[in-house]
Amino acid sequence: MTNNQYFDLLMWARTTGFDIALTIMVGGILLRVIEIVVLGRKKDFAKAKGSPVTQGIKTIFSRSVPRKGTMKEAPVTYIGGYIFHIGFFVAFLFLGAHIALIKDLIGLSWPDFNKAVIETAVALAIVAAAALAYTRFTDPVRRRLTGWSDWFVLIVSVLPLITGYIAVNKVFGVDGTLWMAIHILSAELLMVSFPFTKLMHAVTFAMARYYNGSIQGRKGAES
Amino acid sequence: MAQKPMLPELLKAHGVSRRGFLKYCASLTSLMALPPMLAPKVAHALENAPRPSVIWLSFQECTGCTEAITRSSAPTIEDLIFNAISLDYHHTLQAASGHAAEAAREAAMKDHWGEYLLIVDGSIPVDNPEYSCIAGISNLDMLKETAEGAAAIVAVGTCAAFGGIPHAFPNPTGAQAVGDIITDKPIINVPGCPPIPIVMTSVLAHFLTFGLPELDDLGRPKAFFGETIHDRCYRRPFYDKGLFAEAFDDEGAREGWCLYKLGCKGPTTRSVCATVKWNDGTSFPIQSGHPCLGCTEPDFWDNGGFYKPLSAPAGNYRQLGLAAAAGGVALGVAGGALSKATKSRAAKAHETVDAHDLEKKS
Ligand code: SF4
Ligand code: SF4
Repeated sequence: MTNNQYFDLLMWARTTGFDIALTIMVGGILLRVIEIVVLGRKKDFAKAKGSPVTQGIKTIFSRSVPRKGTMKEAPVTYIGGYIFHIGFFVAFLFLGAHIALIKDLIGLSWPDFNKAVIETAVALAIVAAAALAYTRFTDPVRRRLTGWSDWFVLIVSVLPLITGYIAVNKVFGVDGTLWMAIHILSAELLMVSFPFTKLMHAVTFAMARYYNGSIQGRKGAES
Repeated sequence: MAQKPMLPELLKAHGVSRRGFLKYCASLTSLMALPPMLAPKVAHALENAPRPSVIWLSFQECTGCTEAITRSSAPTIEDLIFNAISLDYHHTLQAASGHAAEAAREAAMKDHWGEYLLIVDGSIPVDNPEYSCIAGISNLDMLKETAEGAAAIVAVGTCAAFGGIPHAFPNPTGAQAVGDIITDKPIINVPGCPPIPIVMTSVLAHFLTFGLPELDDLGRPKAFFGETIHDRCYRRPFYDKGLFAEAFDDEGAREGWCLYKLGCKGPTTRSVCATVKWNDGTSFPIQSGHPCLGCTEPDFWDNGGFYKPLSAPAGNYRQLGLAAAAGGVALGVAGGALSKATKSRAAKAHETVDAHDLEKKS
């Protein structure tokens, strides 16, 4: 059959591949969140002083600012962490092709960024991820704390950035269609691993912070 | 077969100066990605070409490819070049029909066995060959029979090259491309719906002067299908700046911004539309405000919808997403309930111990 195999791969990534990835991601996230919520908490019979709810909500945001001294203790984690997250989301949310995808999914859209801005963000994010991996590897304590799934998560979240950059710029003269397919597949790998790895922190961080904050906001004994 | 006039006489008869002809040869040379110094050789070869016999077979097609090449704008040098070949059979263009026409084809085949050039437009129904017959001969039989004595085959248009529209899902006739059926002859694929006329004539000119051109993995001449539309698109700066038309009548469309979000397939489509353009270099689809459909690529008809951006998913994710949401919620509730039950069972099974018990045991 006369066929463009690269295009077939791209079409698989845009149809079956995406369907599978989205199903697993949506189903998986809901499964995990609901499981946590259903587990619930023991009924508290002692009336609390203070305001656990307000403090809980406040903590969701306040923990985005690192505590004092972090800059001195772990500057790479501090700065690299910020740069990676911001770079990743700038590329994910403001590239025209991604906005077109989001619009197709949920009907919302917003203005696009210039390619130069996106590519700078991507380059910085990749460098930051490399630096984070390096300190994780060289620091003996953190290295012991890092399991294979953490390394996997690190790689899986950088891959879409690298493959996307290659696809858009046809680095080394690669075939644009093939690399567009590889890029989409790498994003789908991220989607599939999302609910079952620490990537889930992007959702559960809010719950965990609220929980911590509400404990601290509560004054008085718990029954 | 009556002796047809050679190209120089034809040019003179149509009022084309020698200068005009040489200019045309120079542009052909650059189009074919040959070094400019070969232009005189192209001119010489075309003027003295032995006028090979050409048999043109049309199968499941819309005649658009023939229309494009013969009616580009009359009389172009292209169709004069076309006269440099001896078109012995083309059932749309010839006066004879039915058995008389078939007799002409058979005569041409016999006279030039092993030397004639076979041009095919249209795909071939293979599931049931009777879907398309000419003078009672199925397309499949006619192709096989005529291909046998051909020196080379040019599959003109996406239908002949890749199956095209007849091959689109669900492909009711079992349409196949020439290359799916004939495997023992050199085949040049010139896809496009239709192909740009000058691309068709340049391929013929290349074949006449230098033989087979260099082909890519899909059998397309690299000179015309080496770069994507997106590589050469004049709207590319808007793409890079993140300026897109979101609808056909919005401000972006009026400003001439990039058509990616309206489904442009330029990034995955290899063709020279953006540089050679159509209708004697007047314009091309993107220039007139319509996204590229990707017509030079296999299965372009089924590649996720003409107006769907290339980055947007093209499957059933909506239904699946809903099912996944419902499934996720159900499993989550079940999982949560299970853990809760385990927890309360553990709490029930928890034996309380006091100091006396501990002493007893130790
Ligand atoms: S209009 Fe199409 S080919 Fe041109 S820059 Fe935009 S996406 Fe690329
Ligand atoms: S612009 Fe695209 S769809 Fe239009 S003729 Fe060229 S390749 Fe085909």
